[in-house]
Amino acid sequence: MSTPVLKLVAQRIAMGILLLLAVSVLIFAGTQILPGDVAQSILGQSATPQALENLRRDMGLNDPAYIRYLHWLGGILTGDLGTALSSGQDIASSLKGRLWNTLFLAFWAAIVSIPLAIGLGLLAVRYRNGFVDKLISGLGLASTSLPEFFTGYLLIYFVAVRLQWFPSVSTVYEGMSLGERLSAIALPVTVLTLVVLAHMMRMTRAAILNVMQSAYVETAELKGLSPLQIITRHAFPNAIAPIVNVVMLNLAFLVVGVVVVEVIFVYPGMGQYLVDHVAKRDVPVVQACGLIFAAVYVSLNIIADIVAIVSNPRLRHPK
Amino acid sequence: MSNELDYLSRRVALGKLSRRDFLGRAAALGVTTVFANSLLTSAALAEGPVKGGTLKAGMQGGASTDSLDPATWQSQVPYKFGRQWGEQLVEIQPDGTLQPKLAEEWGSSDDAKVWTFKIRKGVQFHDGKDMTPDDVVATMERHSDANSKSGALGVMGGIASVKKDGDTVVFTLKEANADLPFLMDDYHLMIQPNGGKDKPTAGIGTGPYKVVTDEPGVRHIGTKFANYWNGDKRGHAEQIEIIVINDATARTSALQSGQVHMINRVEPKIVDLVKRVPGVTIQNVAGKGHYVFIAHCNTAPFDNVDLRLALKYAMNREDMVQKILRGYGSVGNDFPINKAYPLFSDDIEQRAYDPDKAAFHFKKSGHDGPVLLRTSDVAFPGAVDAAQLYQQSAAKAGITIEVKREPGDGYWSEVWNKQPFSESYWGGRPTQDQMYSTAYLSTADWNDTRFFNEKFDKLLITARGELDEAKRKAMYRNMSVIVRDEGGVIVPMFNDFIDATSAKVGGWVADGNQEMSGGYALSRCWLNA
Repeated sequence: MSTPVLKLVAQRIAMGILLLLAVSVLIFAGTQILPGDVAQSILGQSATPQALENLRRDMGLNDPAYIRYLHWLGGILTGDLGTALSSGQDIASSLKGRLWNTLFLAFWAAIVSIPLAIGLGLLAVRYRNGFVDKLISGLGLASTSLPEFFTGYLLIYFVAVRLQWFPSVSTVYEGMSLGERLSAIALPVTVLTLVVLAHMMRMTRAAILNVMQSAYVETAELKGLSPLQIITRHAFPNAIAPIVNVVMLNLAFLVVGVVVVEVIFVYPGMGQYLVDHVAKRDVPVVQACGLIFAAVYVSLNIIADIVAIVSNPRLRHPK
Repeated sequence: MSNELDYLSRRVALGKLSRRDFLGRAAALGVTTVFANSLLTSAALAEGPVKGGTLKAGMQGGASTDSLDPATWQSQVPYKFGRQWGEQLVEIQPDGTLQPKLAEEWGSSDDAKVWTFKIRKGVQFHDGKDMTPDDVVATMERHSDANSKSGALGVMGGIASVKKDGDTVVFTLKEANADLPFLMDDYHLMIQPNGGKDKPTAGIGTGPYKVVTDEPGVRHIGTKFANYWNGDKRGHAEQIEIIVINDATARTSALQSGQVHMINRVEPKIVDLVKRVPGVTIQNVAGKGHYVFIAHCNTAPFDNVDLRLALKYAMNREDMVQKILRGYGSVGNDFPINKAYPLFSDDIEQRAYDPDKAAFHFKKSGHDGPVLLRTSDVAFPGAVDAAQLYQQSAAKAGITIEVKREPGDGYWSEVWNKQPFSESYWGGRPTQDQMYSTAYLSTADWNDTRFFNEKFDKLLITARGELDEAKRKAMYRNMSVIVRDEGGVIVPMFNDFIDATSAKVGGWVADGNQEMSGGYALSRCWLNA
């Protein structure tokens, strides 16, 4: 790889790290403005002032904010996310399982949805403005427009309750075989696929159609190549950058935006974990989750940028 | 077989429908008496403990922040799981009486200040050690330590010392308390080896099930403890499992699709739909929990007793029970006690909706302008709807209620017990004394109506030390009337606990002390063969 590409890539990565640092400040500031405090939330309605006072003192909630920020940042840089205030457990170890579950779900949703979306996009271009194109676009739009809890409940009712093909409760745990896990997550994967499909598919279609207007596609047509060959060999490679961008955005959504699906299907992922701890004002956990989500988002976008750079011949072969 | 018949035959087995009525209804559905009789037999035969299997419950009220340390328990799931793996000294029965559990018997000095509990012998902890009076003393110490974060701290506050004396444990109290044994049923006070001081989250107790898997917010599993002392009565299934399902629709569909055998918190608005699902039985029981509208008696304009009375008369209780609870509950009478409590007097006149009286008292109070009521989704299920209903019934009396909807986040820390007029709920307490001491005594931390009444306080303290039940009952009656007529609390309704079980579940006991059969559903019930 040549120097300009390396330089661009290095720039992107440096930007990403800077961005993460800025995000960490925002996250920390944000959690400080939440109403109520941790001690009150942990003990809830059944708290006595005595117990509250004891808890506040134990947790060091009386230190100034910037000191707590520096402590926290130092901990993260050394791989120590701290302990959860509410349950006293090590955050890193309890988060690991949850993160793994989230990635597992996102991975399978991506495996199903990305090839499907791109394939359907290509098909739509091939038969553009015809019946197939309109059918694909229509169904895709419909599935995206329905809120995910609605498609989720529909699937639960028909597939889990009526047909009993797959379980409605997607709890996964250690000791499950891969087959059992896949059967457990079949319904949430379907819902997630339906949610992200149309966006990627339509973006693929638009990007390729854009390229189809160019002169070299006309040349290819005049050479006598079949329409499918033109799309796969000439149009698609040149449309990769925008497609990868939208794919990465959707991947990021699959990791950070699936709380509703997790709740409906009782899936033990990061989203539910984060919400539980927000409700309990468990600030260290909320901060850790926020940072992980931000890191996922930023790094997926960096990857998209890098792919765009690398797939651009003008950058790969500088004069 | 039609769903209707299936449902009816289960009602007979539960004793909620007579045999005669059943046959009549069956005939109306066009079924022959012989066939109807055979249905009855199969429904009735299913009763009788069956051992083995895995009994699963899908429950609301768990989060990834839960822990096995009893001191931290507050929500449904850790507490209901705790009732399966741990035990207290005593157990409150469905009829409100006390039964021995880890204590065999107990008694008090004449002034109810010193209580002696004889500790059961031959009870083993899950780690194989025998349970001793020392463990009991250590448990009480852990939960009464001033530095403790235990939810039982309030309960333990009145205890001066706990000491071992041979086979017994002696509690010395700061003030007389005839109800002390009832306090020992508190779910935080489960007896643990050395009180759980060594490792609070170890999850070791004496219950019928021992903890094998504990994934907070996901699932909790217990397997039968082979050396359990009371195995004939409790712990029929080989394994129990609680799956945390906080979403109401997901919980119902898990029951429907057979992934769980019982669920808690069926919302009143969907009860009638769930009832029609083949095989599902709705288990509802009147409890002590109630929903409240609380006004601060020391804050204007609520410091005027006429205004409080106006607000009470402006409440349409029947309407609340019908619309908010869909009939799964009973009307309240503006004091926090109902017939589910021991020593309840049922001859106190029921307050009814009366717009004229409300208007009269409102005018007399001299207050002018709207009254601000704060509410939130989290105050109780249907709280916002209830506020609007109240707004309408009050409007007919010429009282303008301004409803302000507050965010659920921070409601308990910023609104409840802070703002002068808001909505809330109480889960109820085992005894009248505890309920009044928690929220109506002048010095109570949670005196959320800012109710300062000397006569009431004096009665409460006297009743606490009174061992004569007839006298205590009379005192509680007086207190109820004081709260009803002078207090800042409006109690429109007592809510039922509504759970649901599948056809596979046998041995359900209606127990209004808590939801899920008093919290004991998983160890009381069994899986029908």
